[in-house]
Amino acid sequence: MSARPATVRVAGGQGFWGDWLEAPYRQVTGGPVDYLMMDYLAEVTMSILQKQKSRDATRGYATDFVDQMERILPTLVERGIKVTANAGGVNPRACAMAVADVARRLGLARKLTIGVVSGDDLLGRLDGLIARGHDLQNLDTGRPLHDVRDRVLSANVYLGAAPVVEALQRGAQVVITGRVTDTGLTLGPLMHAFGWPRDAWDRIAAGTVAGHIIECGAQASGGNCLSDWKTIPNLAAVGYPIVEARADGTFDLIKHPGTGGRIDVAGVTEQLVYEMGDPRGYITPDGVADFTTIQLSQVGKDRVRVSGVRGKPATDKLKVSIAYFYGYKAIGTLVYAWPDALEKARAADRILRQRLDALGLKFEAILSEFVGANATHGPLALQDIDAAAIPEVQLRVGVRSPDKAAVDRFTREIAPLILNGPPSVTGFAGGRPKPEEVVAYWPALIDKKMVEPSVELIEA
Amino acid sequence: MKRQLVELAHARSGDKGDTANVGLIAKKAKDYPLLVKQVTAARVARHFRGMITGPVERFELPNLHALNFLLHGALDGGGTISLKTDAQGKVFSTALLRMEIEVKR
Repeated sequence: MSARPATVRVAGGQGFWGDWLEAPYRQVTGGPVDYLMMDYLAEVTMSILQKQKSRDATRGYATDFVDQMERILPTLVERGIKVTANAGGVNPRACAMAVADVARRLGLARKLTIGVVSGDDLLGRLDGLIARGHDLQNLDTGRPLHDVRDRVLSANVYLGAAPVVEALQRGAQVVITGRVTDTGLTLGPLMHAFGWPRDAWDRIAAGTVAGHIIECGAQASGGNCLSDWKTIPNLAAVGYPIVEARADGTFDLIKHPGTGGRIDVAGVTEQLVYEMGDPRGYITPDGVADFTTIQLSQVGKDRVRVSGVRGKPATDKLKVSIAYFYGYKAIGTLVYAWPDALEKARAADRILRQRLDALGLKFEAILSEFVGANATHGPLALQDIDAAAIPEVQLRVGVRSPDKAAVDRFTREIAPLILNGPPSVTGFAGGRPKPEEVVAYWPALIDKKMVEPSVELIEA
Repeated sequence: MKRQLVELAHARSGDKGDTANVGLIAKKAKDYPLLVKQVTAARVARHFRGMITGPVERFELPNLHALNFLLHGALDGGGTISLKTDAQGKVFSTALLRMEIEVKR
């Protein structure tokens, strides 16, 4: 066993699939880091990837990740930087094979070991689980999965840091996972590097908090930050956040020198409360973190220290993210100009609804928003302003229905309003809106003992 | 006198299913007790009347001078189901900052 490091740096490289393509490269070249963490999976992503895999068994992972690896692998190998990424989606092995191909093409054959973490995909096991009494009740509604079983598109359990640690211990330099929690991708490297035991609950909680802070990329370093946002420097070259951790579980949030953005207590606090539930019980597969114990202090320019984090033992459950086909939706828009822009848009909305009614179309929901007036703040937005003076308003009407024909007919009722509705209307260049399939999300819990993560190593 | 929360606090919000969360953070630590006292769950529920269909829960984070609100039934079903522009509840944060509270001169 090699000597333990004094500090370990984990850099956040992607906050979601579609995040800034420049960020990973900048993180591994802009200064010293030990690990690069990349989060690719949102709930809906898994069902899209499952669909791709059903058409082509070699697909079903985040292809952008492979392009990123092509760009940064030489640097990773040269500097010994390790990567943890849940880019594997529903096919982590195929993702690893694609990265191995890239490595060979770059002349890095035999210089790269890739770890593959799987065991999260429950789609093929659902009927067996249900038969054995695991009814995978919806956490919000209490309904058993049986209700929508025939419409399920994907089912993945959230794995924690443990299999990531195992892959690193067995020598993987790049760890590609399926549905591993965002926080596990940061906690795993810290557990591995510092040798934290799985029941070191305070340090597990600290590593989880570290992961939560950097899992959304630049949202911790000045991006989407409301606090004094006008004074945040040079977001054009924003530095993504880096955790510089110590073995005792305290860590500093930093970014590379010379980069834009800002790391301050106010901004880190904003990220801490992002998507927060009960702050005393932030539950992950690895443990439970108490966010009311976190202490923040500004210890330098663009350097915030995080300490005091307390944790509790992990629960005996894991969360399962199930996606199922729900129905169809479509959204149509038209833009109305001054004078009386809002009044015209409201009139158009009334006319549209009368016509849908007259056609006898049934929708589960029709939602009308007036973008420029009330789409984001609802009735609160119109309290203190002269509505007649609003220069322009976009009418945005959405419908949702199990009946595709009804949604399709709705999409044909928008354009006619240009010539046969209220005046001063434009903005239909995009053409008729398209009905989209709606995939809904079914959160559930499963006993931990029913899930066996697996780790496989692939040599490039 | 009345002051709008936007002068005293900043905020960030996100989603979990059909629930939006709003983390409300005092700009100055000394103003945190004011937020605790006046920005109650009941007051926030009234503020968002017509915009949410479920109850409001509040949690205190004195260590961060922050309150966390859960606005249930805020997102028209949430995530992929929702027809809302703000399907992920990203800007409920600034909608809360429109609220006025009473501040001593």
